[in-house]
Amino acid sequence: MTTNFPDGRITLIKGRCISIPGDDIDTDRIIPARFLKCVSFTALGDQVFADDRLELAGNHPFDLKENQGASILVVNDNFGCGSSREHAPQALMRWGIRCIVGQSFAEIFFGNCLALGIPCGVLSKPEISLLQELIGRNPQNTWEVNIEKKYIKDDLNKIDLEFDKGPHNMLISGRWDATSQLISNKNELEETMRSIPYLNQFKSN
Amino acid sequence: MHQVTKLPGGSSQLFVGLHLIHEVTSPQAFAALEEKNIKVRCPERTVATVDHIVPTTSQQRPFEDPLAEEMLSTLEKNCKSHKIQLHGIGSGNQGVVHVMAPELGLTQPGMTVACGDSHTSTHGAFGAIAFGIGTSQVRDVLASQSLAMNKLKVRRIWVKNKLSHGVYAKDLILHVIRTLGVKGGVGYAYEFAGPAIEALSMEERMTICNMAIEGGARCGYINPDQTTFQYLKDKIHSPKGEEWYNAVKWWKTLASDSLARFDDEVKFDASKIAPTVTWGITPGQGISIEETIPTPESLEPSERPIAKEACKYMNLKPGNPIKGLNIDVCFIGSCTNGRLSDLQAAAKIAQGRQVATGIKAFVVPGSEKVAKAAEKLGLHNIFLQAGFEWREPGCSMCLAMNPDKLEGRQISASSSNRNFKGRQGSANGRTLLMSPAMVAAAAIKGEVTDVREMFSPSN
Repeated sequence: MTTNFPDGRITLIKGRCISIPGDDIDTDRIIPARFLKCVSFTALGDQVFADDRLELAGNHPFDLKENQGASILVVNDNFGCGSSREHAPQALMRWGIRCIVGQSFAEIFFGNCLALGIPCGVLSKPEISLLQELIGRNPQNTWEVNIEKKYIKDDLNKIDLEFDKGPHNMLISGRWDATSQLISNKNELEETMRSIPYLNQFKSN
Repeated sequence: MHQVTKLPGGSSQLFVGLHLIHEVTSPQAFAALEEKNIKVRCPERTVATVDHIVPTTSQQRPFEDPLAEEMLSTLEKNCKSHKIQLHGIGSGNQGVVHVMAPELGLTQPGMTVACGDSHTSTHGAFGAIAFGIGTSQVRDVLASQSLAMNKLKVRRIWVKNKLSHGVYAKDLILHVIRTLGVKGGVGYAYEFAGPAIEALSMEERMTICNMAIEGGARCGYINPDQTTFQYLKDKIHSPKGEEWYNAVKWWKTLASDSLARFDDEVKFDASKIAPTVTWGITPGQGISIEETIPTPESLEPSERPIAKEACKYMNLKPGNPIKGLNIDVCFIGSCTNGRLSDLQAAAKIAQGRQVATGIKAFVVPGSEKVAKAAEKLGLHNIFLQAGFEWREPGCSMCLAMNPDKLEGRQISASSSNRNFKGRQGSANGRTLLMSPAMVAAAAIKGEVTDVREMFSPSN
């Protein structure tokens, strides 16, 4: 488990990759609902993929010895679909994941990752397959995800990553923690509130 | 109108008109605010209830489960210290958040609605823009009554004709998701429109929009019309007097006009839809009651691996019919189908019949108001006499955060919204999604049944 969480500008993540193959991996699988019974996120790192791990009795990627300490998660299509629970990226982050590379991500999950400073980069299907194959061949290999320049590379291969423009800006500028920014636009908020009919007895302006 | 400003990242800061919270996704958000000494910006625009963790047998406090008790008492403490209204157990208003808020008239056309729960899309039934958010965003909304949001594309789902007898809103939305896929909606808002949609009641419209998220859409909505206004009239939080007329006047301006252009449009024919049941482990793996489990060859190559995984997990054989499949548990309830009309549809099937031997069947009203209305109509007695259990309101077995769970390999017929692996509380439990009437029919027969064969000539 790690406690050194993302902070400030997110530009470069270096580490080993861990692959979770399969499309449509939902948040109930990432963190089963019974673990949502908590008032803090701290214990979630141990519980990530709990039921899948139980089923595979020690052979799940998150249990394999060679994957311990990995920080880059590689996934397939529509990863993180289902519930809005932030517990899912929280559990991944607390296990040690700092970056996810996949074919596509469910939208709420993507937003939840962004709010934690975890970049979700996109590769095409063949590129993901290649990356998964390379990881399988050599799990000990170190990879570098350059968020700023949008690529993932090792000594031999360099693959371009796609990032949505807005989230990409937020990550590399260190402004992915939205709260303070949202609060700071105080006057604009008040002005907006003055123009919304249901806040003003529906009087026509 | 709700855009506060453009944010440097390229997204918009969007004002949130109604923020709904519950015990699961709010405690960490409040803790983060307190840590930074930030106040709740508009406590009067946040409304709380408790739903996910409440037991549905006895709701006596303290709850038997100390974790559940801790979650509710944390919510109570947070609401009290931040002056947020909490509709707690026994208040008469408590219920699944997406059932109780519309009942109180909190959800209105033209509003932006956010809640730390993916099924927030339900509220789009009123012509509101409603979406689920994560806990960081719950914190943002508490702190600023706004959040960062990207612009969505709009896909119109146009449904012509009318649903046939014995075919419900649930069948329609399962059919749409089956057709467009569980990620077909990514990047889109779904606008549901056309004669079949206009003919639906508000409760049916909520069922449709509730599951827009299961199709991958960020939200789903239906343009407000007379049905919407009729539903809202005289609700506790609905505008009153002259304000009502002004509100209706504004609401009428919200609908997409005939010149509206959509990023995409897909058309369906409601009259061709049959009762639909999911057989797999995603809500998109559905078939009509008349069909058989799809063979790999009949599917797109990209769908084959998950279909194979689903058959293995569900222990189903491609080519076999879904009709006649034995079930163990029947659950009627949830934010998808826990409203009065859902219970009425199920009661019609249960009336004068008996739950098959060995089947555990239970009905969980979506809210205290639904429970009260159902009891006034005597629905609880119909269910009890037929051998169903009649429970207290809550999320219950839709998800496994309370004592209602599947055990082992049990297979359930469920009126809820997700059939993911392990969703209903057993790591290898199995879920078949269907309409409440279909669940009732399955309970009576002990197997997946075509509800259309169970209507007497009078109903």
